[in-house]
Amino acid sequence: MNHVVCIAYVPDTETKIKIGADGRSIDEADVKWIVSPYDEYALEEAIKAREAKGGTVTVVTYGPARADVGLRECLARGADEAVRIASDGLGEADSLGVAQALAGAIRALPCDVLWLGNKGVGTDAQTMVPMLAELLDLPHANLVTKLEWTDGGVVAYREIEGAREVVEMPLPCVVGAQKGLNEPRYSSLKGIMAAKKKTIAVKKPADVGVDPAATTGEKAAVRWTKLELPPARQAVKLIPADDPGKAADELVRLLRDEAKVL
Amino acid sequence: MSNVLVFIEQRDGKIRKASFEALTLGREVAAKTGGALGAVVAGSGIAGLAPELAAYGAAKVFVADKPELALYSCEGYTAALDAAVTAFAPAVVLVPATSMGKDVAPRLAARRKVGLLSDVMSLEVEGGRLVATRLVYSGKARATVTADPGASLQIATPRPNVFPASKGAAGAGEVVALDFAVTIRAKVVKMDVAETGEIDVAEADKIVSGGRGIKGPENWPVLKALCHELGAALGASRAAVDAGWIDHSHQVGQTGKVVSPTLYIACGISGAIQHMAGMGSSKVIVAINKDAEAPIFKVATYGIVGDMFQIVPALTEAVKKSKA
Ligand SMILES: Cc1cc2nc3c(=O)[nH]c(=O)nc-3n(C[C@H](O)[C@H](O)[C@H](O)COP(=O)(O)OP(=O)(O)OC[C@H]3O[C@@H](n4cnc5c(N)ncnc54)[C@H](O)[C@@H]3O)c2cc1C
Ligand SMILES: Nc1ncnc2c1ncn2[C@@H]1O[C@H](COP(=O)(O)O)[C@@H](O)[C@H]1O
Repeated sequence: MNHVVCIAYVPDTETKIKIGADGRSIDEADVKWIVSPYDEYALEEAIKAREAKGGTVTVVTYGPARADVGLRECLARGADEAVRIASDGLGEADSLGVAQALAGAIRALPCDVLWLGNKGVGTDAQTMVPMLAELLDLPHANLVTKLEWTDGGVVAYREIEGAREVVEMPLPCVVGAQKGLNEPRYSSLKGIMAAKKKTIAVKKPADVGVDPAATTGEKAAVRWTKLELPPARQAVKLIPADDPGKAADELVRLLRDEAKVL
Repeated sequence: MSNVLVFIEQRDGKIRKASFEALTLGREVAAKTGGALGAVVAGSGIAGLAPELAAYGAAKVFVADKPELALYSCEGYTAALDAAVTAFAPAVVLVPATSMGKDVAPRLAARRKVGLLSDVMSLEVEGGRLVATRLVYSGKARATVTADPGASLQIATPRPNVFPASKGAAGAGEVVALDFAVTIRAKVVKMDVAETGEIDVAEADKIVSGGRGIKGPENWPVLKALCHELGAALGASRAAVDAGWIDHSHQVGQTGKVVSPTLYIACGISGAIQHMAGMGSSKVIVAINKDAEAPIFKVATYGIVGDMFQIVPALTEAVKKSKA
């Protein structure tokens, strides 16, 4: 069984965000980049499945050259192959543009299960799983916290508001990983050494059938026109706690009369 | 630019609150675009929902009523939405950014090859295009995003609990039955509903959350009592979830749920950036923590520096008293 895992290489969640000079993107100068945390769950589940049933695991990203570091990290953890669709020098693409590029690359790969994170940290869009499934004409389940294998398919447990849906689908299919699915492994020293020797297949957008001029920059389906720091919250109003009863009464009064939320 | 179509989410024949919020927003957008407001609902045995939607201003209610739509499936419900788009030719489609909406809207966007303004916190119409703001980089920045005005369709998913729901001048509520073919490969065979009476954090108007400071699962009753008095949902930090004290469905944050309640009470939670990514857009935040230096106080509206095991029971009593 063959697996493809989509990897987004994103600013570390701890990174301090500074607004770039253009006022519509981040200043990348001091940013530390990481493989998006949910993608680690996706990769782990794919590697576990390959270990159990054989096949290959290919990681794919759409991004600039720095993303190779992320791909190599995935190779070190146990992925077999890596593909990067080069976005170097191109304007930003929105989710649809990225999905079209990824779909183009994935069509050329052997793929029984396509794995993604349920959400890429950074843009926090949470749109790629259904978009890619639609473009590739595959069934999908997103927000998956548990997965079971059946004859020719999977049973995915998906977390929704106040309930859990049990989804049955045949292969090939798309799975969006949510925390809880597994505990991602670290890369071993042996894995790191082996990963150094592997080559990353770098493809131009044209190689995967997309025209960046039609999907990036001014032509992107969604454009970021401004990026700003969120307005600072007012300083906290501290309530003295010497007497818990009085403190509680005062808090209730403030919530009711001042904040008007009770 | 004119007609506005809103996707309505129902469960067991009951319309979810986020759908009324989206419908109210849709009514405002339609007033600006000068178009009609339509609603689309999918399920089985749901034709009776139309009057409720008309009360919010829906002129037309597109109904996809089929036995195979009884339980949600992305393929089935997207087919319904897509059929309504064909029938109503809207310029704007709004879908609540719930786990269902965030499943259906991107499929529609990819099918129609148009962009999607995801999880928006504000929505305006400027010169024929939607302009929205949304939180990015774990809530550390706010982006203004616009849809391509040349697109055949502009889609946005408004974040639940952010936009108010209110009835307006009633619409005609004309029911239009949708007829379309549907093939469902990913089938929801079962839905396990959480403990009865429990409110999910993602939908809650008020949340009381506990972190590592709760010390162990035996202490949840302390917070649950406050939840009960407030009608609040119980939330948790990742530390509490990872310790195995509570199910992940309660987790708020980067790798949990993103919430926007009117009131968020954080008890024994330090306020790590990944936790704030999930609750930073709450309207009023209360922090109860014994460490005055805890970062949660930087975002809190009100704070009490003290032992939660003394403060929280007192607060439960105070709320009870205030209602008497
Ligand atoms: C990729 C990634 C994703 C993450 N995702 C999430 C996420 O989704 N959600 C999330 O919450 N975290 C997430 N985290 C973890 C996050 O970084 C923190 O570790 C976590 O939020 C800490 O939880 P906590 O505040 O409960 O615990 P701590 O940081 O240990 O804080 C406990 C607090 O309780 C206080 N306290 C202790 N006893 C009492 C008492 N008796 N009375 C009052 N106060 C008391 C202490 O002063 C302290 O401030 C993520 C981390 C990473 C790296
Ligand atoms: N540029 C990218 N390259 C490869 N995969 C991506 C990219 N962006 C997003 N993804 C995948 O899509 C998932 C969801 O991202 P999103 O829908 O953008 O929040 C991520 O967890 C990745 O698996």
